[in-house]
Amino acid sequence: MAAGNFEKYKSDGSIAGNALEWLDARFPATSMWKGHLSEYYAPKNFNFWYFFGSLAILVLVIQIVTGIFLTMHYKPDAALNAAGVPIAFASVEYIMRDVSGGWLIRYMHSTGASAFFIVVYLHMFRGLIYGSYRKPRELTWLFGVGIFLVLMGEAFFGYLLPWGQMSYWGAQVIVNLFSAIPIIGDDLSLIIRGDFVVGDATLNRFFSFHVIAFPLVLIGLVAAHVLALHETGSNNPDGIEIKENKDENGIPRDGIPFHPYYTVKDIVGVVVFLMVFSAVLFFAPEGGGYFLETPNFYPADPLKTPPHIAPVWYFTPYYSILRAMVWNFFGLDAKFWGVVAMGASVVIFAALPWLDRSPVKSIRYRGPITKAMITIFVICFFILGYLGTLSPSPTGEIISQICTAFYFGFFLGMPWWSRMDKFKPVPERVTK
Amino acid sequence: MSNQGKMDCGRRRLIVATAAVGGVGAVAALVPFVSSLLPSERAKAAGAPVEVDISKLEPGQMMTVEWRGKPVWIINRTKDMLDTLPKIADQMADPKSEKNQQPTYAQNDTRSIKPEIMIVVGICTHLGCSPSSKFKAGADEGMPSDWLGGFLCPCHGSTFDFAGRVYKAKPAPTNLEVPPHVYLSDARIVIGEDKKGA
Amino acid sequence: MKKFLIALLFTPLLALASGAAVHLDKWPGSIGDKPALQNGAKLFVNYCLNCHGASYLRYKNLLDLGLTEQQVKENLMFTSDKIGELMRVAAPHEEQKQWFGATPPDLTIIARARGELGNAGAGADWLYTYLRSFYRDENRPTGWNNVIFENVGMPHVLFGLQGQQVMNHETHKLEMAVPGQMAPAEFDKSVSDLVGFMVWMGEPQQEFRQKLGFFVLAFLALLFVVAYALKKEYWKDIH
Repeated sequence: MAAGNFEKYKSDGSIAGNALEWLDARFPATSMWKGHLSEYYAPKNFNFWYFFGSLAILVLVIQIVTGIFLTMHYKPDAALNAAGVPIAFASVEYIMRDVSGGWLIRYMHSTGASAFFIVVYLHMFRGLIYGSYRKPRELTWLFGVGIFLVLMGEAFFGYLLPWGQMSYWGAQVIVNLFSAIPIIGDDLSLIIRGDFVVGDATLNRFFSFHVIAFPLVLIGLVAAHVLALHETGSNNPDGIEIKENKDENGIPRDGIPFHPYYTVKDIVGVVVFLMVFSAVLFFAPEGGGYFLETPNFYPADPLKTPPHIAPVWYFTPYYSILRAMVWNFFGLDAKFWGVVAMGASVVIFAALPWLDRSPVKSIRYRGPITKAMITIFVICFFILGYLGTLSPSPTGEIISQICTAFYFGFFLGMPWWSRMDKFKPVPERVTK
Repeated sequence: MSNQGKMDCGRRRLIVATAAVGGVGAVAALVPFVSSLLPSERAKAAGAPVEVDISKLEPGQMMTVEWRGKPVWIINRTKDMLDTLPKIADQMADPKSEKNQQPTYAQNDTRSIKPEIMIVVGICTHLGCSPSSKFKAGADEGMPSDWLGGFLCPCHGSTFDFAGRVYKAKPAPTNLEVPPHVYLSDARIVIGEDKKGA
Repeated sequence: MKKFLIALLFTPLLALASGAAVHLDKWPGSIGDKPALQNGAKLFVNYCLNCHGASYLRYKNLLDLGLTEQQVKENLMFTSDKIGELMRVAAPHEEQKQWFGATPPDLTIIARARGELGNAGAGADWLYTYLRSFYRDENRPTGWNNVIFENVGMPHVLFGLQGQQVMNHETHKLEMAVPGQMAPAEFDKSVSDLVGFMVWMGEPQQEFRQKLGFFVLAFLALLFVVAYALKKEYWKDIH
């Protein structure tokens, strides 16, 4: 479905028609419109799970637009103002109070950060249950994993900017993780911070990464993700390749044009999403203390660690995996293995297309083993996430170790368990 | 686009309805963003009205106070200074202050509430330089010999009289701006505020 | 089997979550109560603002409590004469650090900072309990200690109103040794008003935010109706 194969627009003589013909001769306007929307044939059996791709783009737009306006008022400065408050911290309260409409823009951005991860996790889960990462969509999946990694970096950098206690100590802890890497570790964390502790230099470079470097990469990866998807065509809940069954015009029999059918459907999804988003934004902007953590209402104090540091909820599963590693192996200490396990727990998603050996893609035609494995994986993910918000404890440690074992077992055992299952025959055509 | 031909009436109506409601939402969503571009409460606090005590301002003297980051001149004009005003009216671009550069209560021959006390924003209406005072008549201060006293903008040579009125054929398009102000008493003025309710 | 596994995993989790939390008295007030907030503002300015700033708040914001500019200027503004000014402490923070050993924290958003994970509103309860839990302790340099903030650096500023409590070390309960100007119920009401003011100043636009939220949700419901009808209309084509 390359976008270049469509005929260029021929003017009907009207002014608008002439303008479009002029444009088309110089820019693939009609061809892009058709290739990606009006003649991009998507399977007609998309369900609930297929809203989250377009919603992720919506949240990206919200974050970029609100971010641009926040940048106009925010000051990345760790120095103290006349009242003894760091300027960066005070500038956030300035946005919340003195800038007209600023509180709304700021809440959109802070709620948007959590919404981004919720939407992306659901989007990834969709890929998992319907086998969307499998041949021929491996590259789409890899771009997606890239987006996820960059998004985590983007969120981490952004979290430092309010310069509250949680921002400060969270960054301190995470940057120190890099010092666990043998030989180069200490120098690496020094280079990241630009100072011996997290300080003004760190704040300024994180600001730079957050507002320009990572968003640029993110937008590029999103474009690549969508282009790769539109090259292969979308998967669907039945895991059937609709392109294998085309009519006499070469149009998939189970495909419908993305525009208008899925555009009008996605509008409904967008409205429902905005309702949930607004409900949080207007009635619980702190997200119960999970979206805006309460210790972050204290300005950063380099001399006083808060009694309990936890990352924001979307990082807590990996944080638990980090804490679960308490053993020294091969002469390297537990801290190093914790960092390795944490890194691996994220990067391992990239291997999914090659780990899954099931003869069918969709969970609909896979048996009890797959369903049980995915269920346990999700439960473990939630438990790890919940434990990551709590203070460390012996019981928590054992549970997180069990869950970490399941987590990696899910991936590393997949080449075996994915083949062992009972499979149902996959129909020729998509089902309702 | 391809199925426009078979688009029926109900469908068209729904498109219009959705677009209309969605459009209203989009415009409403712009409000916080556009309003965030306006001066913030901090800027407003910094630009708050300024209270000035003029009891020590002798006739013929001028003082400068800051209001919204701009110099505001307060001049206690002598009778001689006031007498120059009608004499040079024909050399003025806007002798009767018809252009909206002052509150209505200062739209008079002296451009002030009290004839002696002149209050004016000391920013040239051409490109924003602050004119310098040339109070002495004649050529003493480097002005032409028929100079009756007033102000000269050093940037592009616009000249103003003791009421802040601009001379004809000068770069500045209008008279100097008279800020809103109100007398609390004979000696106390608030600059940046009109009479309550005005 | 699956259920058993889940139960096995969740039982210890529940045990973990219900850790030994300090008991907090529920703040009985509401930020809709304007007269209470006005009283709270008065208490705050008289008892707190000498040492603690509210440096993100402007005196002008107090007009939202239903006070006139005249009332704010005459009754609440001691450190400044401009209504647009921030409510700062008169003393510079370096000097305060010398006097007290540490700069007393700014209180503008203390009610939000004292919230808890899973209960962002708990900050009000904490403040309401804290301000009523001071007791005499001669081992402390200030002569005061607090039940929920052990070895607190702040003395009991409101003791003239509340009186002096002492700790009964047998029952671990507070007892009133020297009564203050106010009866206990009256004092509780005053503290509740003060806490209400602190909750309000943590986010002065919070009432407006919720009001706006209802409009936004109502509007989105309308948009949902038309968008859903549009989707239905188009999807009639698909069989």
